[in-house]
Amino acid sequence: MDWLFRFPQLDPEFLLAVKRAIDGALKALTRGYGQSIEDFFYPLQRVLIFFESTISNAPWPLVVIALAVIAWFAARRWAVVAAVVGTLIAIGLLGLWQDAMKTISLVFTSTIFAIAIGIPLGILMNRYKRVGGVMQTVLDVMQTMPPFVYLIPVVMLLGIGRVPGFIAVVIYAIPPIIRLTDLGIRLVDKEVLEAADAYGCSRSQKLWKVQIPLAMPTIMAGINQTIMMALGMVVIASMIGVQGLGLNVLQAIANQYFTQGIFNGFAIVGIAIIFDRISQAYGHRLQKHRGAAHD
Amino acid sequence: MGIACRSTGVQHMTSNNASIEIRDLYKIFGKSPAQHVDAVRSGMTKAELAKVHGQILGLNNINISMPAGKIQVVMGLSGSGKSTLIRHINRLIEPTSGSIMIDGRNVLDMSELELREFRRNHTAMVFQRFGLLPHRTVIDNVTFGLEVRGVEAAKSRDTAMGWIDRVGLSGFETRYPNELSGGMQQRVGLARALSNNASILLMDEAYSALDPLIRTDMQTMLLELQTELEKTIVFITHDLDEALRLGDQIVILRDGSIIQQGDSQDILLRPADDYIERFVKDVNRGRFIKVDAIMESLLQSESRSLPKLKSGLTLETAAKELTNSSYDSAFVTGDGGRPLGLISLRQITAALSSGAVA
Repeated sequence: MDWLFRFPQLDPEFLLAVKRAIDGALKALTRGYGQSIEDFFYPLQRVLIFFESTISNAPWPLVVIALAVIAWFAARRWAVVAAVVGTLIAIGLLGLWQDAMKTISLVFTSTIFAIAIGIPLGILMNRYKRVGGVMQTVLDVMQTMPPFVYLIPVVMLLGIGRVPGFIAVVIYAIPPIIRLTDLGIRLVDKEVLEAADAYGCSRSQKLWKVQIPLAMPTIMAGINQTIMMALGMVVIASMIGVQGLGLNVLQAIANQYFTQGIFNGFAIVGIAIIFDRISQAYGHRLQKHRGAAHD
Repeated sequence: MGIACRSTGVQHMTSNNASIEIRDLYKIFGKSPAQHVDAVRSGMTKAELAKVHGQILGLNNINISMPAGKIQVVMGLSGSGKSTLIRHINRLIEPTSGSIMIDGRNVLDMSELELREFRRNHTAMVFQRFGLLPHRTVIDNVTFGLEVRGVEAAKSRDTAMGWIDRVGLSGFETRYPNELSGGMQQRVGLARALSNNASILLMDEAYSALDPLIRTDMQTMLLELQTELEKTIVFITHDLDEALRLGDQIVILRDGSIIQQGDSQDILLRPADDYIERFVKDVNRGRFIKVDAIMESLLQSESRSLPKLKSGLTLETAAKELTNSSYDSAFVTGDGGRPLGLISLRQITAALSSGAVA
């Protein structure tokens, strides 16, 4: 009866061989092409460094004003502007300004990339149903895979630093924007689409004049989620050498510095609130004219 | 809201030869429609098709000649196939078999590009729930068709302003659709369609979502515009009063088949079957039946001195005029007072109370 209590697993030797083969292949890939892969991502690294140094080296009042202006144009509400300014000042007073700027810069760049890749993928997913089916499965896997797992291959290929961190963040944060772009386009009123067809829209006219504008509130919800996930992953990515608030948290865990952990944690929450309020308020403003007719 | 009679920036069709000829049109909804057309042709009913093959018969052997420059009403209750039918004219729905000839071209043979060109330049459509773009202002909704066609912005703006004025929405150009009432939204829909300057106007239950009073206003506006524009209008409705009021020609559909075609007088005085008769029963006959339809032709030149009623008068008005005079019959006269026929109060009363007219 022994076999009932021990699951008939594959031969351990065989499993070991499989693992070795895959890891070996990946290592060989890294060894053989490591330099060219790194060269390939070099422009990306320049971009990341450029953003980070711009925002970190800028005079702090300028950064505060710039974010306040962005908040105003997105939300058109003083309450949101006040919340943004207040949060930034609190972060600065806690002595976390430089680290916070690094975190903001990485979240910002990775969100931009995630949007730039995610929206077109969402459109493709919507247009080609078969691609959509495959992509749905891939996205399900991506969203349930523990985020730490993403770190392993990027570290193996690219070592530690900004670029692997950035890639891990983008991969982790991209599913919502893809999904919600697809969903937003699917939810567009059928009669409006029929009107677009009846007036002779080409596919691209229909997409840009009707589907995307009408899907925009949903897409904004996706962007909001993507930002939040990017912010979460930036902390985890500190394990592979991403600097900023996450690294402080990591040190705090390692050394049991409770207060440092709490301060940095709150700073991350503060940044999350800034991004969230700005993007949500913008999304709401987009919806202003979407309500049902009142007759 | 009145209708301003200015026509700034509005071009009119000089001639309209866009008659629509629908021949042997069938539409079956289902997985393998083409296989079942022959069965339907040889007499399989909608119910049988649904039961035996699980396919829905949308349109069954539709033949209609829609004259150019007239209003063709297609009437039927929900599920009768009327909305399916109108969507075949600009091919929003693909037919299973048949042909639709417009200006010598079969719409169903057009390539994707030709179809797009056809929709952009020859047809315009008005929808039941308006189909407006909620993120665009009134003016940007009205210019939509022109923008899609590639007309330059300044020019399409002028055209749009002209039509916004014509439908009585001046001053609302920069509002958004959700700031307008249903009736006003449909005026936007109509202005958008008219801006396209297409010879064919497809109106899919355009007024069904509106309140009765607003609906009557919109009907009046359409009739006024039509005397000037002379477009080929296909108007879908489930409301017989609306059909009788607007239709130069009326087709009545039931379960995807035509059960009667004719003008309002044919439908009212000679209903094809019990089904139509049931509809007709509740209609105010006096408002729609015309004296011409029930008058007796003159056998010889009459010398009696009788009051004169103009040809085209409704029975309601005729009865009123006749009652006010001291006579109980009158001449129906055409152009220049020439007598065309004779009508009596007794005939009018008979026609008002039932369909029984010799």
